[in-house]
Amino acid sequence: MTMLTDFGYILLFIIAAIVFVAVILFLAKLIRPNRPNEEKLTTYESGEEPDGNANVRFNIRFYVVALIFILFDVEIIFLFPWATVFGNKRLIAETDGLWGWFSLVEMFVFVGVLLIGLAYAWIKGHLDWVRPEVKTTEYESKIPTSLYDKINQKYSQ
Amino acid sequence: MQQIPDVIREIPLNYYVWFSAALFCIGIIGVLTRRNAIIIFMSVELMLNSVNLLLVAFSSYKADPAGQIFVFFIMAVAAAEVAVGLAIIVMIYRNIQTIDVGLLNKLKW
Amino acid sequence: MIPFVFIAFIVLTVISACVVLWSNNVLYAAFSLLLTFFGIAALYVLVGADFIAITQLLVYVGGILVLLLFGVMLTNQNGNKENGKNDIIGTNTNRLIGFAVAFGLFALLFFTFAKANFVNIQSNLFESIETFSTTQNIGVLLMTDFVLPFEVSGVLLMATLIGAAYLSSKTKV
Repeated sequence: MTMLTDFGYILLFIIAAIVFVAVILFLAKLIRPNRPNEEKLTTYESGEEPDGNANVRFNIRFYVVALIFILFDVEIIFLFPWATVFGNKRLIAETDGLWGWFSLVEMFVFVGVLLIGLAYAWIKGHLDWVRPEVKTTEYESKIPTSLYDKINQKYSQ
Repeated sequence: MQQIPDVIREIPLNYYVWFSAALFCIGIIGVLTRRNAIIIFMSVELMLNSVNLLLVAFSSYKADPAGQIFVFFIMAVAAAEVAVGLAIIVMIYRNIQTIDVGLLNKLKW
Repeated sequence: MIPFVFIAFIVLTVISACVVLWSNNVLYAAFSLLLTFFGIAALYVLVGADFIAITQLLVYVGGILVLLLFGVMLTNQNGNKENGKNDIIGTNTNRLIGFAVAFGLFALLFFTFAKANFVNIQSNLFESIETFSTTQNIGVLLMTDFVLPFEVSGVLLMATLIGAAYLSSKTKV
């Protein structure tokens, strides 16, 4: 049985990966000196002092990205089996070329319907990345902006 | 499917059926006993998966690929369900600051 | 060899499903759900549905589980600095009734299936129907017998995209 053998290789790869990681970590534990102190045990946060909890709340904006990802993931899954057969010569010959055009049109309708949804959500602004509003100040400077331009021109030469 | 998988000769279909029933019942326990809305969602996914497995097993033992198409569509519907359901849960969380289903009792009398 | 692999994946799946059931930490539940999905994908492979197994990995592990993790991270209330704990806790209720109902249902299903005779289903086992692989089989069926459900699922995905994007983009906090 060829298919099971092929997937057996994948299983072997998975098992080998797990065993490899386990053996390497165990060996490293055996060999390395073990002298922990507080600085070594803290979480590495790019040199910052670790502050607060790892499980902070995500922003809702990321959810929309994940949502679009999963819907188009499913669409891709539908495209796969279609792509293996829509150009099949035997099927096209059996149906006098009708098969190819029919499946092509069907798939365009499918993708088109999803594109309509995407375009609708896009135009309505549901996909917009919500930016925090920048407050503009009321303060008016006594120095005119033309002065800055003059200084820029003077020193850029 | 011109080759019959070895599994079909070596493992009776009943094993798959019983395993699916067990997984389905684990999902039911999860839905009935957990109070976190997201874990209830996970349990629903478990139940969907057990049904999928049953469909695939039957389709494979009958050598009829129609069951696999059903699983295909179930997966698409499950993805849609999770997307909308989680959006609803997130909206609930924004409104009442909790997703404990025991507290969502406004419709109860 | 194959029965051992089968049993091993069944044990993996059931144990990780039970972790989903028992674990109080929602994140642990989500990650053990990953193992459950993976075990079920392996069972798909064993029963000869290779394309469905890959679909399982792509859609469930790659998509739905990620979305569930997003859901967990979007709705945790413990992510504040005061309680130094990293856990997102979910609680249980009605344990007794839930278990009673589920075990009763399982017993019912078990004895029904034990009495059922599946020999009829396995009758045409050794006549191969097509010379395609499973992926091509699915593709041909998708374009012939199941072309209407295929387009309808496209409409469903469109409605989901619009609806969920609308729900989650209301910027009223």
